[in-house]
Amino acid sequence: MIRSELIQKIADENPHLFQRDVERIVNAIFEEITGALARGDRVELRGFGAFSVKRRDARVGRNPRTGEAVDVEEKAVPFFKTGKLLRDRLNGRQQG
Amino acid sequence: MADNTVTRMDLSEAVFREVGLSRNESAQLVESVLRHISDALVRGETVKISSFGTFSVRAKSARVGRNPKTGEEVPIDPRRVLSFRPSHLMKERVAAGNRS
Repeated sequence: MIRSELIQKIADENPHLFQRDVERIVNAIFEEITGALARGDRVELRGFGAFSVKRRDARVGRNPRTGEAVDVEEKAVPFFKTGKLLRDRLNGRQQG
Repeated sequence: MADNTVTRMDLSEAVFREVGLSRNESAQLVESVLRHISDALVRGETVKISSFGTFSVRAKSARVGRNPKTGEEVPIDPRRVLSFRPSHLMKERVAAGNRS
């Protein structure tokens, strides 16, 4: 499923909304998550999962083509941990 | 690094600000988005949101694990796990926003 298919499903369920508004709604949700992570905030969506920011220490990397050593700076990376309910559903266990 | 937690309520608020819907309907739309993503993943589909990231389901085979406390061997059943790969754009924004 891609973004446009997700928008279509939401639009089909909400015939009273304009397609372009559904598009803005879906985009606003993802933008809110990305914006939160860019601020260093955590996003916790019970049952679905949690997005957080992890720090990666500075390290000496290597250019895979030349084998040359390059300094890689410390950086922050997005991380997602699946929520319990979704993890259970993926494995055929429904909510009790 | 700021230490705030964003929840469903904040996502609903973002929807509320974006389009002139009620708070209640905004909250329901957030729920629908999460439900559709979850349902697709449970069906085994990959969910690819451009400029955000890709959720994909991977099958893990059975293996013998070990209780780290007792050293006892325990069988781990085959299972499906979800992985999220952030898009290039998201990685860039998160790195830029959290530069120390």
